[in-house]
Amino acid sequence: MRVLRYGERAWLLEPDDPATVLSLAAAAAELGSVAEVVPAARTVLAVLVDEARPDTVAAELRSLTPTASARRSGGDVVLDVHYDGADLTDTAAELGVGVDELVRLHSTADYVVAFCGFAPGFAYLRGLDERLHAPRLPSPRTRVPAGSVGIAGEFTGVYPRESPGGWRLLGRTDAALWDLDRTPPALLTPGTRVRFRPA
Amino acid sequence: MIEVVAPGPLATVQDLGRPGRLALGVPRSGAFDRAALRLANRLVGNDDGAAAVETTLGGLAVRFVDAATIALTGALCPGAPGWGTAITVGAGTTLRLGAPRHGLRSYLAVRGGIALDPVLGSRSTDTLSGLGPAALRAGDMVPVGSSAPGEVSGAHVGAAPPDRRPLAIRFGPREDWFSAAARRHLLTTVWAVRSDCDRVGVRLDGPPLVRDRGGELPSEPVLPGAVQVPADGRPIVFGPDAPVTGGYPVIAVVLDLDRVAQLRPGEAVRFRPGSG
Repeated sequence: MRVLRYGERAWLLEPDDPATVLSLAAAAAELGSVAEVVPAARTVLAVLVDEARPDTVAAELRSLTPTASARRSGGDVVLDVHYDGADLTDTAAELGVGVDELVRLHSTADYVVAFCGFAPGFAYLRGLDERLHAPRLPSPRTRVPAGSVGIAGEFTGVYPRESPGGWRLLGRTDAALWDLDRTPPALLTPGTRVRFRPA
Repeated sequence: MIEVVAPGPLATVQDLGRPGRLALGVPRSGAFDRAALRLANRLVGNDDGAAAVETTLGGLAVRFVDAATIALTGALCPGAPGWGTAITVGAGTTLRLGAPRHGLRSYLAVRGGIALDPVLGSRSTDTLSGLGPAALRAGDMVPVGSSAPGEVSGAHVGAAPPDRRPLAIRFGPREDWFSAAARRHLLTTVWAVRSDCDRVGVRLDGPPLVRDRGGELPSEPVLPGAVQVPADGRPIVFGPDAPVTGGYPVIAVVLDLDRVAQLRPGEAVRFRPGSG
């Protein structure tokens, strides 16, 4: 694992095996010297508490032993999806699969939230069938409705609120992905396991 | 209650933001110049993290419906009755700030704090993700808290002189995406602040920084202060409303974000390796 400097109040951890990111994040979060951890695609950021000495924390982080086995820490969520997205037909054609096959592949896989980013509550779900890996739209939309289910590259995800976006839209869900009256407000947090079910 | 007569180019309510929710995709947000916010709050006896008004290039005009004790800090704006000290204003007083000659962001703290409803524990306007109150507009009536935990300070701190020293950075985490020549280039170039600098990032102009390797960087976490180098080679120093992840390499991290808050469009910026 590489421990990379991120200013004087954080370290960026890059494990040899990207499959250990969530386990590493959970282990780092247990340290009293770490205020918050942020998992991403291949790395974990560990932000230090105010009084921590960076070099001491770096040594603590190096001694962590993450595992590739998914920790059963996150919850399970099933999202009902209306597969009527604006990019469904074009994406199926570009990928060389039928629309029915695309829906079947997308709705039979098991996903896990790898990390959140882009917008509050926007979860990057890993587990998308390789046959559905497609680049982002050449030009992003200025307005994507809340609840839109999209794919981009190796990820699938759901737009928690209306926003601009360049993912290919396959459908929509009525589930509240982001609710400020809920704790946490995000329905999908790192480690949550997710399945999509045709509505 | 305070009535906003004119917000200037951009006036927002800011406290110390929403730390602890980066993993949910929630930026930290909060005052860009946190030392200036803390100072203003201490002068009027508030908690360090009470909500205040952050102005951008001055221009703020407000009318105090009730008598208030206030303090102004950050970039010195003409037109204020005092700077870096607690001031008592009577009911009906109008405060009009001109544009600062140096610096960009100023803070108006009111004893009792701005009392708008918090969102996820903070009253900060997050200009990227839309959390928190909207930016202030003419005619807004802004509530003020009725009490403060501390005494009003008698200190006269005044205004800080402009700080033109190079900004201290620490290289990393992705300095290995750049050659030694490119890293020197970051330090030897006099960069210019672009006009599209905002609370998300301060974009810089100059001869482009050339990456040593191609390919994409899978999304990785980003913090305020990160110096990200997009494909066009022109660095961006991220501010408090930065997204929580980014896909371009971060060559270095600026150590003093408060100084970044005060960089103005067109201003010259240099970097130096350093700590503290």
